[in-house]
Amino acid sequence: MIVERACIAGALILAALSTAHAQLRGTGDLGIVIERATGSVRIVDTSARAQIGRVENLGDLSHASAVYSRGGRYAYVFGRDGGLSKVDLLQARIENRIMQAGNSIGGAISQDGRVVAAQNYVPGGVKLFSAETLELLADIPAVHGSSGERSKVVGLADAPGQRFVFSLFDAGEIWLLDASDPRRPKIEKFPAGLQPYDGLVTPDGRWYIAGLYGEDGFALLDLWHPGKGTRRVLPGYRQGEEKLPVYKMPHLRGWAVAGRRAFVPAIGRHEVLMLDTETWEATGRIAVAGQPVFVVARPDARQVWVSFAFPDNGKVQVIDTETAEVVRTLEPGRAVLHMEFTPRGEAVWISARDDDRVLVYDTATLEAVAQLAADKPSGIFFTVRAGRIGF
Amino acid sequence: MNQAMEFGLAMLVCAATASAADPIGIPDAGRQQELIDLLRQDCGACHGLYLTGGLGPALRPQDLHGKPAESLSEVILRGRPGTPMPGWQAFITASEAGWMVERLLKGLPDDR
Repeated sequence: MIVERACIAGALILAALSTAHAQLRGTGDLGIVIERATGSVRIVDTSARAQIGRVENLGDLSHASAVYSRGGRYAYVFGRDGGLSKVDLLQARIENRIMQAGNSIGGAISQDGRVVAAQNYVPGGVKLFSAETLELLADIPAVHGSSGERSKVVGLADAPGQRFVFSLFDAGEIWLLDASDPRRPKIEKFPAGLQPYDGLVTPDGRWYIAGLYGEDGFALLDLWHPGKGTRRVLPGYRQGEEKLPVYKMPHLRGWAVAGRRAFVPAIGRHEVLMLDTETWEATGRIAVAGQPVFVVARPDARQVWVSFAFPDNGKVQVIDTETAEVVRTLEPGRAVLHMEFTPRGEAVWISARDDDRVLVYDTATLEAVAQLAADKPSGIFFTVRAGRIGF
Repeated sequence: MNQAMEFGLAMLVCAATASAADPIGIPDAGRQQELIDLLRQDCGACHGLYLTGGLGPALRPQDLHGKPAESLSEVILRGRPGTPMPGWQAFITASEAGWMVERLLKGLPDDR
């Protein structure tokens, strides 16, 4: 009897141990691929170049994005329908999920990893949540003007000093939010210009830059010295040239800085704009295949990869940042929506929505080296984002 | 005759043929699917995959209620100045825009 019990207990311990061993692994080479139409994500391993899991029931994931817990185990997925899901990459399951708004567009995570912020179109504003429990900590309505109207919020990013910064599309303002006490956040407001459509924080965490749709130029805020206010960058960059139709808004997050040179998408011009990050003066323009949507640097910043709006969304162009020339035009598939580099940039993963696949390119040879099936893939988010400012 | 003129004339002939053969301008089945995909995916980039709104307004039947079909077609073809809405007339004919508006007013299949 006693022997029998001991044997059972031993077997159970062994079983538990072997299961634990089988699952023991790091998350530094993991990520997710959003499947926008089915409301699911595929969990991928960028070393094995393979899918290791799939999580469903995440709601409307059109224009979904994700940020990571600083341990790299949990992805916070923001859905269009206002859903905020905390997904466990290791167990391929939903740890927690709330509906936090009617129409949402993304989010950010604080410097210390304790606060998740969501940016919402309806009702327009930002909400702060506990990263641990998803408990609501603060609700910041993006109220502007005298009538109490609420603006759509865009371009939310984290900034050093436990801050968040975002733009109000309808109000033309930039708000800087101090979440040191996340239940009682402090807000400073700055003028941006007409219709800021997205924004970003530079990799060093010093600058916030908002792209303007309603006028030529960008608004710049020095996060070291916010008291100096915003200033206009690249004013009148279209120089009276014809504004071409923009069939999809560019995204700024994940922007490209190589040395002193930053690369940003033009609006209504088939060009990538270059500017000097010391002086914030224009230093040149590069003609590209269409309206740029994503302009992102390989982690070592030797290359910048550009994707495009409809109808040129079957192409991707690679710019050599040393010569500022397009060195290759790739055709990865129909409706390229996103590009994500592996942590040190030997490969880039590209989603081709209408081909239902994700392609992996070797960034040295510029050749496709692998592909994975995915149902209408859109955003690709790797855990390397967990440790990066502005992601 | 230069190429641009030739193209223009060809477009005119096409438009005339389409309207003569098909006065209510119903696109064929293949083109209908393309237009539905365009609505979902490309219009959806700003208006949401389920047209529940985004940077652009929601386009469900209840959102469009009471708006004249002609002016909605006009917005699709020529855009709305002062907003990010571009004109799509390089890709969509007037009769196709009319068909899309009809579909929007009825609601797309599988919409939420």
